[in-house]
Amino acid sequence: MSDTLIELRNIGKRFGGVRALDGVSLAIRPGEIHCLAGENGSGKSTVIKVMSGIYTPEEGEILIDGRPVGRLDPIRAVQHGVQVIYQDFSLFGNLTVAENLALNTYVLEGRRRMDWRRARAMAVEVLARIGVDIDPDAEVGTLPTSGRQVVAIARAILARARLIIMDEPTTALTRHEVDALFAIVRDLQAQGIAVLFVSHKMREMLEISERLTVFRNGRKVAEGPMSDFDEAAITHAMTGLSLTDDPYRPALPPGPPLLEVRKLSVPGSVQDIDLSLRPGEIVGISGLIGSGRTELARALFGMEPGMTGTIRLGGREIHPRSVQEAIALGIAYVPEDRLTEGLFLPQSIERNLVVSILERLRRGPFLDTRAVREKTLGMFRDMQIAAPSPETAVGNLSGGNAQRVMLGRWLLTGARVLILNGPTVGVDVGSKATIHRIIRDLAQREGLGVLMISDDVPELVTNCNRIHVMHRGRFVADLDGSGMTEDRINDALKTLN
Amino acid sequence: MKILHSSEFVIALVLLAAMVLIGLVNPAFWGLDNLFSLAKSNVVIGIMALGVLLVMISGGIDVSFPAIAVAALYIVVRAMVELNYDGVLVPFLAAAAIGLVLGGFNAFIIERFRMIPLIVTLGTASIVRGLVLGLLGSSIVNINKMPKELIEFGRHDLMTVEAANGATYGLTSMVLVYLGIALVMHLVLRHTMIGRSVYAYGTDAESARRAGFNTRRTIWFVYCLAGLLAGFAGMLHTSMIWQANPRDFQGLELDVIAAVVLGGASIFGGRGSVAGTLIGVFMLVMVKNSLILLKVDTTWQRVVVGLIIVAATAITAWRDRKKLA
Repeated sequence: MSDTLIELRNIGKRFGGVRALDGVSLAIRPGEIHCLAGENGSGKSTVIKVMSGIYTPEEGEILIDGRPVGRLDPIRAVQHGVQVIYQDFSLFGNLTVAENLALNTYVLEGRRRMDWRRARAMAVEVLARIGVDIDPDAEVGTLPTSGRQVVAIARAILARARLIIMDEPTTALTRHEVDALFAIVRDLQAQGIAVLFVSHKMREMLEISERLTVFRNGRKVAEGPMSDFDEAAITHAMTGLSLTDDPYRPALPPGPPLLEVRKLSVPGSVQDIDLSLRPGEIVGISGLIGSGRTELARALFGMEPGMTGTIRLGGREIHPRSVQEAIALGIAYVPEDRLTEGLFLPQSIERNLVVSILERLRRGPFLDTRAVREKTLGMFRDMQIAAPSPETAVGNLSGGNAQRVMLGRWLLTGARVLILNGPTVGVDVGSKATIHRIIRDLAQREGLGVLMISDDVPELVTNCNRIHVMHRGRFVADLDGSGMTEDRINDALKTLN
Repeated sequence: MKILHSSEFVIALVLLAAMVLIGLVNPAFWGLDNLFSLAKSNVVIGIMALGVLLVMISGGIDVSFPAIAVAALYIVVRAMVELNYDGVLVPFLAAAAIGLVLGGFNAFIIERFRMIPLIVTLGTASIVRGLVLGLLGSSIVNINKMPKELIEFGRHDLMTVEAANGATYGLTSMVLVYLGIALVMHLVLRHTMIGRSVYAYGTDAESARRAGFNTRRTIWFVYCLAGLLAGFAGMLHTSMIWQANPRDFQGLELDVIAAVVLGGASIFGGRGSVAGTLIGVFMLVMVKNSLILLKVDTTWQRVVVGLIIVAATAITAWRDRKKLA
């Protein structure tokens, strides 16, 4: 038995003229928890596809158990024990847990008959082996995300996995579920199964992984035991930049607040919130899911009809009763899930940018295409959207760029108050820094008031000049200046019940 | 307890309630003569429905089966008349083969060009009906010219009952053919890997591919078998009504799809069962039959069938969406 399970040596892979991988070497030992980090387009997904036999590299060789395997195809990769769990899990929601678990094995064994009894026995055994309590007769579609993930892991184990590759496994999980997942992963490790995490969530990587490999632009730029790295070092390796985060301390002009909220309540979720926002301020709201933070944002944006209390914008009392009204008043809201809640993915960047202001770009009954072009080209440049042209479909953009399109759309509406809910969820580190810079710029230069809601405590600490901690519909802590540290917010969140 | 929550159980309860209700309005419903005639009306639609069920589980839809059925029965009967051939087994095999080939045409277009099944089967239906009428003409083969053995086969009864007024009513043996096919279909769908691949493909085609299923084979299997069943059903139909009409089965696609949806199959694919479909077919036939007993005009029957398909689809869609959420 060799001491490496799978080893890539000097792998090179091209797509057309683009070098996706360049002289990449990577070794994974049996039973090790390894993390592969890198921004979008760094080559980490290409590496996964090489390891699982989907792509054949032009250069280099692949060794399994110390022996060269030559050309690896998906079936041989599975036979060697390499299993990939994709972000969508590739499960069948209409079928039961037992059937989902058995199908792959049966297909692999070339069976013609569906043996239900054996399927159920297999399911019971493998679920017991990873120590989870899931009904093998339940339909997979009725399970929560974490349950479906467990089924996907169980399926990989049944396929005699020796290496399980998990693509962004923690994205849709709550903290509690992440802990449960990590317990399962450590258990797999104890059984000699290696796990390769592909992730850009640095905190979680630091917590679970033993070794780390970082990719940038198709090359390996760092590797080593996890203890050699801290968050800053990983970020530096991933982006090649030192992203120094100076805290945001704007010079605030004297004068009345831009937005003033008194005794705002939404039945069942928000209670008596007082809030003020001056031009140039970025005010953070931290709180757990269900604390009422999203409802507060929705209320300001006219989406909570049951709202009571007063809202003043520029000194004038307003009553936004619908999204259209809120936009007309100068309030913009970028929702949590930018992909499902706001953008038209198959449509161009240009169309996505102007969709909220079509009414203003009218000439008679027709759309003034020249005005559309001018407006969008300016915003396309300001937002530094990385795409060949404004004609590119938004669906082809990375998460960070899609988020910039969304920001750009709201700025075109002439918003004075910008409400951001999880502005960098699912965005890689480099893009995140750019988005933060744009938001700060907008606040400082354009005098916008920004309300930033986020789970990401460091994000709030570096980008906000004040932070409110919200719990059960109320602000329970208000922090600013030097009192605004990660520890204090985390403490405040932890003591809540 | 699980069975109490299954779709089939709910549908069966609805059917039972409907039967009781109809029986109250019209006591003649429970007469053996009526029940026998109901059973007879189930056979052809039911066999077609089993094919449609297969297609719908795979996430597709088939509107070409009435055309395929007509083509199979008319080509075979005309050939028998021309060649002066009489028999049972060969005509049925030939009709099934014609259905298989036409279903294969659907499969080829859908699999090779990754086309939407609705459009493909609409096109196939139009091509097939046009070709039959254009090449073979539109004359109806009536009982006097129909092959005798075929008629004998079609009129075979399992049992007969004599009513008080001296008339006899028979329960057609074709019911056994129907139930036999249903049983085989159930075994295939439930207990073979090719059957499970249809469910997997209908739930999520990409995942089915990743799981290692040969999904091209699944598509070929689905449309070929659906075509074969349509051809066979067409032949059975002609031998039961002693007539071969090239304009038969107009508008039948809606009835059959309505029956399958009533039986709990999902329009999104991945869901549906033989047991549910049998009940769905029975329910649809019963409703149409009752409308006749209540002397409702055929034009108004179309309205009822339309309402049934809309309501049943809405309910199953609502159910599936709730489960997905």
